[in-house]
Amino acid sequence: MAERPRRLRRFLVDPKNFFSILILIAFAVTAVLPNQVLPHDPTRQNLRARLQPPTWVSGGTPEHLLGTDNLGRDVLARVMRGARATFVTVLLSAVAAAVLGSALGLLAGFYRGWVDEVISRLIDVQLAFPTMLLMIAVVGLLGQGLWVLVGTLALAVWPAYARLMRAAVLGLRDLDFVAASRALGTPDAGLILRHIAPNTVSSMIVFTTFQLSQLLLIESALSFLGLGVPPPATSWGAIIASGRAYLLDGWWVAALPGLAIIFVVLAFNFLGDGLRDLLDPRQR
Amino acid sequence: MQLGSYLIRRLGNTVLILLGVATATFFLARISGDPIDQLMPIGTPIEAREALRVELGLDAPLVVQYGRFLVETAQGKFGTSLRYGEPALRMYLDRLPATVELVIGAVLLTVVFGIGLGVLAAAQHGKLLDTLIMWGALFGQAVPGFYLGLMLMLFLSLQLGLLPTGGRGTWQQLIMPTAVLASYYVALTARMTRSSFLETMHLDFVRTARAKGLPERRILLKHVMRAALIPIITLIGLQVGGLFSGAVVAETVFTWPGIGRLAIDAIYARDFPVVQTVVILSATIFVAVNLLVDLAYVFIDPRINYG
Repeated sequence: MAERPRRLRRFLVDPKNFFSILILIAFAVTAVLPNQVLPHDPTRQNLRARLQPPTWVSGGTPEHLLGTDNLGRDVLARVMRGARATFVTVLLSAVAAAVLGSALGLLAGFYRGWVDEVISRLIDVQLAFPTMLLMIAVVGLLGQGLWVLVGTLALAVWPAYARLMRAAVLGLRDLDFVAASRALGTPDAGLILRHIAPNTVSSMIVFTTFQLSQLLLIESALSFLGLGVPPPATSWGAIIASGRAYLLDGWWVAALPGLAIIFVVLAFNFLGDGLRDLLDPRQR
Repeated sequence: MQLGSYLIRRLGNTVLILLGVATATFFLARISGDPIDQLMPIGTPIEAREALRVELGLDAPLVVQYGRFLVETAQGKFGTSLRYGEPALRMYLDRLPATVELVIGAVLLTVVFGIGLGVLAAAQHGKLLDTLIMWGALFGQAVPGFYLGLMLMLFLSLQLGLLPTGGRGTWQQLIMPTAVLASYYVALTARMTRSSFLETMHLDFVRTARAKGLPERRILLKHVMRAALIPIITLIGLQVGGLFSGAVVAETVFTWPGIGRLAIDAIYARDFPVVQTVVILSATIFVAVNLLVDLAYVFIDPRINYG
């Protein structure tokens, strides 16, 4: 009886999980904060204060904790504002990929036959595309925009969801309790919604947590290449790209926002491990 | 024979996949706008535009254009770059060796360091070295390639002056882009190798070898290695296709003249024939490599069935 709360406590006191949750909450909060509350206006340029080093470097001022970029904008404020576009893009595309991928995977695994055949071939085609090139091509051809970006990222990762879901459903569909319910005349929709889908929820949550870190890495690379959310919105990859030309005079512009990416990716990965132990202890 | 029918089905699948890739690429390029707009400056008389449209066959119904595109692609006719007037295929082949160089370098790094560090961690299981390697691998999988590239450039080129910041020609210029391309895969392989070794070490035949009194080192490097490496080799093989596409970032950071750069430049210039060529040929390489890995697997491990 006490098994579940005990596992939950163990999950929360593990320092890796604890700090991961803390980091994600901190960035999520900065993502929703309005501009006025940030230490500086992230878009305000001040050419007289361009490329000022961080506070702890000689020449730095307490005014700009992480220094300023080539246009005199505060780097800390830009990293905090960048969290918004980064988180919104990554979360939306994970949801879109999860919905599309698991729906198709469910159908393929449940109905088998030609449905499975068609969906499996679609997955093969998608997996045969060199991901990065495909995404560059789509964004490059259709133009930059939040929805194009979300759609492209979702397109890149849905096959992973479809495969996972298909395998999970294949394992469940012939189990006794499903067969019994079918024998009692439950329609397909009822079988899927009541018996099969709920049993895949925990592995989907664990999988999505890992997938979020992958999506964040891809999104950062795309915005580094200049194909992310269009300005004036900014994301971490774009901030790093803007510091690329000033590595010599202002290393902090590129170096410090990168740490934000690393922290968040690590947080998602640790949390994924933790959630797997919590929700899905047989999976390892 | 079973192997024969397996091969035929696998090849049929490959053709189907490539057809899907070509179809998607064609329609994607068409969704994005009228190719004539790219070829002629704004304000060109409408007659001149229509003349060019007829000349390029762009006046035919979309289905006809699509059919023509498929036939030509199958014959290896990939069209001409709108921007440079050169055959897109030749541009691709000109750039391919540079990317292949990077990919081979990255595969070597992955095999040597990925497997090496993984075996070392497994041998030192639970000790300090194991912990250090695993933390290193966690970071290796969390650092974006472009960021790693810029930081390497900052320290090794700009501050220490050890390596050139970009370009291709000398072996020094190869080091950083290869390392950036390989970092994620080295980390991934190290983690997989470690867990594969740890699993294998508990199997019966290893216990037997230990009971015979063989030295631990020999058990690890001979008995365990043989059994544990098969899945690792497959994993690395399956990543090779991904490396071709991951090369875009490394090539951009270090101005490496490979197909990734070609693709990016072509997209910015809206040079559709080149974009289509890069995507289709890269997908072909990807599929071919995967096919070879699957076949190699069949020969390495005779237990596998060709289901």
